[in-house]
Amino acid sequence: MTSFGSHPDRTGRDMFASAGIEALEDAGVPAADVDELFYGNFVGTLSERQGHQGPLMAEALGTTVPSRRIESACASSGLAVHDAVRAIGSGDADVVVAGGMERMTNMGTAGATDGLARAADDLYEVRSGVTFPGAYALMARAYFDEYGGTHEDLAHIAVKNHENALVNDHAHLQQEITVAEALEAPEIAAPFGLYDACPISDGAAALVLTSPAYAAEHDLEASVSITGAGHGGDTMALHDRPTLSRTPATREAAEAAYDEASIDPNDVAIAEVHDCFTIAEVFALEALGMYRYGEAIGAARRGETRRDGELPVNLSGGLKAKGHPVGATGAAQVAAVATLLDGTHPRAEAVDDDATTGVAQNAGGTVASATVHVLEVMEE
Amino acid sequence: MTDSTNGGYDEFLDALADGDGYFYACSNGHGLLPPRQVCPHCGDRELARRELPRTGEIVTHTTVSVPTPQFDDDAPYVTAIVDFGQVRLTGIVRGVDRDDVAIEQRVTATVEPSETTDDRTITFRPAQ
Repeated sequence: MTSFGSHPDRTGRDMFASAGIEALEDAGVPAADVDELFYGNFVGTLSERQGHQGPLMAEALGTTVPSRRIESACASSGLAVHDAVRAIGSGDADVVVAGGMERMTNMGTAGATDGLARAADDLYEVRSGVTFPGAYALMARAYFDEYGGTHEDLAHIAVKNHENALVNDHAHLQQEITVAEALEAPEIAAPFGLYDACPISDGAAALVLTSPAYAAEHDLEASVSITGAGHGGDTMALHDRPTLSRTPATREAAEAAYDEASIDPNDVAIAEVHDCFTIAEVFALEALGMYRYGEAIGAARRGETRRDGELPVNLSGGLKAKGHPVGATGAAQVAAVATLLDGTHPRAEAVDDDATTGVAQNAGGTVASATVHVLEVMEE
Repeated sequence: MTDSTNGGYDEFLDALADGDGYFYACSNGHGLLPPRQVCPHCGDRELARRELPRTGEIVTHTTVSVPTPQFDDDAPYVTAIVDFGQVRLTGIVRGVDRDDVAIEQRVTATVEPSETTDDRTITFRPAQ
């Protein structure tokens, strides 16, 4: 993957080329062996005025194989990975590249805010003043009302994820913050301040996925496998959901992924979850079944999800500090879990030696779409 | 600009502005906003037009300080989701100080121009 951050002088095709070529080299797979590209991107038609990005990005890898651009808002490349896993599982493909790219900082704050709002219902939400932070703020207030919780609980999540990113040189924000700073930051959508929100980032991420047969035949070093993949859905607009304090699309995706991998939430040693806003980490942990509904709000404050806790969450820094180039995020999460498990991630020392299982959860919009992937260390 | 409209949405705003708000209900009681041909919750296609109750209750709200460009001059403003019984609506709350907006507060729904673009916006005002 590229570093996530502000890359004002890099085109999308250039960033995806860097991520894709590095992934192929790292995997030891020649571009000529790639069967298909699954590429995630959200607002490329707005930010770079570029549609039909699939073929363009395949070219950036050095091939003209069949490709598609997958758009599911912030879950675009989680879905790209999901569909790539399916293509291999069905026997249609042996080698695929799954990844994504987003260029956003060139849109400016107002332009990016407008672009991100496109993940909500244009008629009944965006035209009623809903922004992306605003939508999650509506959910946060509903959660507090139903289960309790405070802005300070959320601040502990931001502090934790910022701390985790300090050693991650790919992260957008390598900046330690305190609970007090988070609470005093300028408000963006009450109860959220600036530090409840992920930054607006540019970046690309790519994974090379192969069938077990291809990996064995070519003697690839692949110590971690995706053993479960799930995808869930919900209504687009928040007001069409019976509850605003739960995210059933993640629950649906998790159940499918756990079932396929034959695991349950207790088997999971680490998780990378979609913390576009601090409250989103809470929604994810509860929908993933790692906490009961209403109980994840204090997890970071209590230390349970910190890197020395029982269940380290977002060791990469999460979207919050690693950054959120929307279309690249889901693939980057899967890459983070894989490298945390195989020991090559800069925060891998926080993962127990006997840990074998990790989960990546990616969400689109206000979790109208979600993907969950289970990754496991393969026995030698 | 062309003369195109957003069909069912614009008709809904016309009706709401005239005090004749409505929604659709499927046979299983799910409330829906137009245009809908089928209920997303159960797939039912028997949608009956129902009168929108005059008042609803705020279920959640936020004050947006960083708006999209379409709401630049409106910010900071309060956005809320309001429950009208069978159906919920999202809109902007006016006529009440942001610090006094609360869950369970009763409001009426209407349509007012936004300050920034004059675009018609679903707007809630405290129920009298």
